[in-house]
Amino acid sequence: MSLDPSYLEYPHRKRGYDHDLYPWSNLHERPPVTWPGGKSVAVWVCIDLEWFPITPEDKPFRAPGHMQTPYPDYRHYTSREYGTRVGFYRLLDALAKAGVKASVAANSAIAERYPEVIADIMAAGHEIIAHSTDMNGTIATGLDEADERALIQSSLDALERASGTRPRGWLSIARSQSWNTPRLLKEAGLDYCCDWVNDELPWRFNNGLINLPLNHELSDRQIITVQQHSAESYAQQMTDAFDWLEREAKESGSGRMLPLNVTPYILGLPYRIDAFDRLIADLAARQESWFATGSQIVDAWQEAPASSG
Amino acid sequence: MLQTAPEGDPGLYDFSPYRDRPRVVWPDGKTVAVWVAPNLEYYEIDPPANPHRKSWTKPHPDVVGYGHRDHSNRVSHWRMAEAMSRHGFPGSVSLSIALCQHHPEVVADANERGWEFFSHGIYNTRYSYGMDEAQERRIIEDSIRTVRDATGQTIRGWLAPALTHTPRTLDLIAEYGLDYTCDLYHDDQVQPVKTRTGRLASIPYSLEVNDHYGFFVYNMSPREYADALIRQYERLAVEGEKSGTVMCIPLHAYLIGQPHRIAAFEGVLEHIAADGRAWISRAGDIVDAWRAQQTGDAA
Repeated sequence: MSLDPSYLEYPHRKRGYDHDLYPWSNLHERPPVTWPGGKSVAVWVCIDLEWFPITPEDKPFRAPGHMQTPYPDYRHYTSREYGTRVGFYRLLDALAKAGVKASVAANSAIAERYPEVIADIMAAGHEIIAHSTDMNGTIATGLDEADERALIQSSLDALERASGTRPRGWLSIARSQSWNTPRLLKEAGLDYCCDWVNDELPWRFNNGLINLPLNHELSDRQIITVQQHSAESYAQQMTDAFDWLEREAKESGSGRMLPLNVTPYILGLPYRIDAFDRLIADLAARQESWFATGSQIVDAWQEAPASSG
Repeated sequence: MLQTAPEGDPGLYDFSPYRDRPRVVWPDGKTVAVWVAPNLEYYEIDPPANPHRKSWTKPHPDVVGYGHRDHSNRVSHWRMAEAMSRHGFPGSVSLSIALCQHHPEVVADANERGWEFFSHGIYNTRYSYGMDEAQERRIIEDSIRTVRDATGQTIRGWLAPALTHTPRTLDLIAEYGLDYTCDLYHDDQVQPVKTRTGRLASIPYSLEVNDHYGFFVYNMSPREYADALIRQYERLAVEGEKSGTVMCIPLHAYLIGQPHRIAAFEGVLEHIAADGRAWISRAGDIVDAWRAQQTGDAA
């Protein structure tokens, strides 16, 4: 038994990455980033607002949170709808009470089906990030390039029609991209995507597109749904993260960012929402927090010398 | 020639129950040797397929899988390393050898902190399954040569890439003069391993308290994981009064160095450093101290 000789050949074994999507850089050695008002930690709330067709297509894969039982899966279809009808409004109320702005990563199906939700988001002053078409709109290598381009266009167009503003940011379903995605997003005129979780501050692809990292490890999906922790534990973990980042910002003299990626049908349940309410109120009251939308963070970062690297 | 495993026993060691063992004593009368094993890794974005195991579960690029590991080499390595240095813990690095080429800055940082390196294969996306002997020799020789060129150190240990072994791995690393393996999880003390030639010791790598196990096998919160490490430490410190025990803390910066986890972990380092019963050391030093106390065949 032996392996094909090519298995012991390493054509990309060289300085830097084994791809040319973006350059390597050490967060701790970059020029400092400054947030408005000299705050230490940008807190970015990003709510995933999703519509799951009851007919999953699995092309190219089934999204997390999608249907699980044989057709018709009323259980999961309606539980996800609960998030949009009820849970999302609890999240909006928590943000309003604390007086903070957030990003909403919305499927364009939300805009087409429930334009009143989009109107409520815009009226509250939040930002809309494009989050594909609906939860069948998954992307991975193998998806035809023309289909992927059309999916991106149709998402942006529908969200712009409903909101009056063309989204500047993009979040793929499950953060899953194909080899073509960074190029297609740039071609579509987007400023930034949120899919790459390799950093804690924005960075730039070689093609000029910006990545604003939406850390999946800090998401309610990862902590509550995957790791099965309580909402109270989730809130404590976010507070611990904020405290650490605040300390690191002070010691390094450079701003840090805490992304809170939350899901209406996860944190928006009656027995969990109080923990989120308290977390947002607590963080908003901190001297060193700057609550901001994705675009505001990207814009502030672009002002800093670090953004050229 | 491949070894066989008659009656299902791979023949790695003699059975030795946890009773009446010869006393192992650590320097200055410490009862538990504590070593921290950061895995400094490189995962390829588009690796070739190994017929026996898939690298990524998704079509390439697996953006979250790759990006999560990349977090180590951009952000969390330094966060983790600084916390270790603040409390006097050196690392014994489980190294994806190709990191020496891709991100020499990370390897240089570890070397400057006085950390030790052992091989964790060329990439954590190239598995040993299916290799013939000549191929396996090539990755061992590559490991020895590359780490020597990059750091001046000669590796002494091995943790198989992504824990993929062949039945000849342990014989081969012993033949090349490596003297410890981190791949065997049968004990809380250093133990001799049977090899064709050379002298190989098994140092406990404490896989069950690996941060990956803590967070993704047992689903612990950051504070629960910290509590588990302290309980592991407290028990081994007591048992080590009879004969010196070993506690390893196997880490991945992209897990332990996340902002919601690092403070709780730093509390563990603080606890162990302040306790007084821990010999805070490196893998090679622990194997040396154990070896010096052996008699008979193991001496």
